[in-house]
Amino acid sequence: MSNTTQLLRFITAGSVDDGKSTLIGRLLHDSKSIFEDQLSAITKTSERRGGMGAVDLSLLTDGLQAEREQGITIDVAYRYFATPKRKFIIGDTPGHEQYTRNMVTAASTANLAIILIDARKGVLTQTRRHTFITSLVGVPHIVLAVNKMDMVDYSKETFDAICAEYRAFAAQLGLHEMTCIPMSALNGDMVVERGENLNWYQGSPLLELLENVVIDHDINTTDFRYPVQWVCRPQTQEYHDFRGYMGRIESGVIAAGDEITILPSGRITKVKEIVTYDGNLQRACAPQSVTLTLTDEIDISRGDMFVKSATMPQVSKEFEAMLCWLSESPLDLNRKYIIKHTTRVVKCVFARLEYRVDVNTLEQHSSTTLNMNDIARVAMKVQQPLVFDSYIKNRFTGSFIVIDEATNNTVAAGMIV
Amino acid sequence: MSNQPFTHLDVLESESIHIMREVAAECKNPALLFSGGKDSIVMLRLAEKAFRPARFPFPLVHIDTEHNFPEVIVCRDKLASDLGERLIVRSLDDSIKKGTIVLKSADQGRNPFQSVTLLETIAEFGFDACIGGARRDEEKARAKERIFSFRDEFGQWDPKNQRPELWDTYNTRVHADENIRVFPISNWTEMDIWEYIAREKLYIPDIYYAHEREVIRRDNGILPVSHLVQPRSGEQVEKLMVRFRTVGDMTCTCPVESHARNAQEIIEETAITRITERGATRMDDQTSEASMELRKKEGYF
Repeated sequence: MSNTTQLLRFITAGSVDDGKSTLIGRLLHDSKSIFEDQLSAITKTSERRGGMGAVDLSLLTDGLQAEREQGITIDVAYRYFATPKRKFIIGDTPGHEQYTRNMVTAASTANLAIILIDARKGVLTQTRRHTFITSLVGVPHIVLAVNKMDMVDYSKETFDAICAEYRAFAAQLGLHEMTCIPMSALNGDMVVERGENLNWYQGSPLLELLENVVIDHDINTTDFRYPVQWVCRPQTQEYHDFRGYMGRIESGVIAAGDEITILPSGRITKVKEIVTYDGNLQRACAPQSVTLTLTDEIDISRGDMFVKSATMPQVSKEFEAMLCWLSESPLDLNRKYIIKHTTRVVKCVFARLEYRVDVNTLEQHSSTTLNMNDIARVAMKVQQPLVFDSYIKNRFTGSFIVIDEATNNTVAAGMIV
Repeated sequence: MSNQPFTHLDVLESESIHIMREVAAECKNPALLFSGGKDSIVMLRLAEKAFRPARFPFPLVHIDTEHNFPEVIVCRDKLASDLGERLIVRSLDDSIKKGTIVLKSADQGRNPFQSVTLLETIAEFGFDACIGGARRDEEKARAKERIFSFRDEFGQWDPKNQRPELWDTYNTRVHADENIRVFPISNWTEMDIWEYIAREKLYIPDIYYAHEREVIRRDNGILPVSHLVQPRSGEQVEKLMVRFRTVGDMTCTCPVESHARNAQEIIEETAITRITERGATRMDDQTSEASMELRKKEGYF
């Protein structure tokens, strides 16, 4: 690997029947990311289960004993592989009906989503659901993988018809940028190698696409957002007066000498130094973790946000959001919950439930509660003002989680509208 | 640096620093588990990057099996002292004396019992968060674990009932007597670790590099001869050039044959190796396909 290798996080959405595990297995296997001891373990299991000699690559992504016993995937698993060009993190999400929440979870950090379709079945309800979630969570890149082309005689007509139907549906969600790839994960056509069976397809195989898709623009580079995580006061002789504000630049760029506004107070000051362990920087940008010192002494604590005065976020105690309910306990509109948004933790109430979205039909329904896997538009009120952007504009300052104070469980994921 | 695209190591490093600072800010009484192994040495450098010029907002804690390679203990003590950070060591021998660990035989592998001493140490100091150097690429059960992994009052991990973890917004909340384990290098692979060791020029125990060592062949592996591992009848002591990919309990940590004498040569070897880190080096994880899952459910980190 060279010292310019980039990191790409992607998810795969589809059911076991679409050959999702086989696709991941194929990517790992053909990119030589499977080790001999892993291969020997799954070879043994394939034989024990009465496999017909071929190694079942889908076994590679089985994790827990409970899953192996039941032959299902119960949670998000993360897989790692690398090529000389890029390092990849796969968020492997189960495709079962009830697991919307797992897909939302894995999609929240992904640069790219592979939506898997069985060429024999075409665009199904679950394809629509996966695409809706992908658009809701704002995954920047979409690949439609039309798998099992071997089962439809590698027919170009079948592939073209599926792509046309899918593009028409995706356009309704405002998704226009995507790549459709025909493939056979089972035989390895168009996954890592081109194979011999899809010569009519002019585009790149999947791995080549994953290696080359441009992700530099996925981060918002215009709006400087710096939530303060931790105030550093060494109080040693050497650093007697040192007061640094530690955090990660979530978006935008900052340079020593730049004027900043501290929110929610609105105080204005200047960045004195950008301090790092490896020495001071003149300029830093997302996603660097740094320490900022300021020219003025101002009372600042965790939860405050530094921004540039020219590109201000919103500061408010009220906002609307798309919410995915993650908990088995339904939403109780009478209760107070806790929101964690950037580095700020505040109490909240749900002022209104605007509507619930049927993830299969995309129809909107009125509702008085939310159950696990429900997606809804809600109006929220918080005890202290939050400093935020819309999720579309900024994935980091537009997202939050909801925590149930009684159980401390994470019960919902929110995206500010 | 800010004019170039960030490399995967830059992105991983920043993610890890962000995680450590979240622990410091939101947890009342955290600790950093530090063994003197390569992953935890990487963690120390990340903690320096996260908190300098201040001191770490947590002590270093080592749960010592007393089956460690002496070179690792030397390295552990040197690093803690060079950094000027507080190191707390608790030994499995203490739990054995107390009777909370009962061994079947004196030279038995001690990894499964680390959980007991770890939980006792958590109770002794009232830690509500333990930061550990586990990686998701190490093992199947780890691949499914959250970065902030909630444990109940018995220190147990319930894989079916994990908190969803979205974006980089971590839920750190626990009730009294519960705690969380935090894994800032979850997304790092063995290769990333070696590239980082090379990039940062980190000092690690020299048994990670190729050296000549007396070994015996047992149960499809090579085991280092030591006061804990002596040849049984019929076993031949051989001298081989080896290095360790992991440094754990001496009774069950196998070296691999190698001539790689520095981090760069190890990177080259790692790039072409065909066996996983644990598969090559940990006999105790090969007992069953679910070994790690079972140990984690019992409170192992």
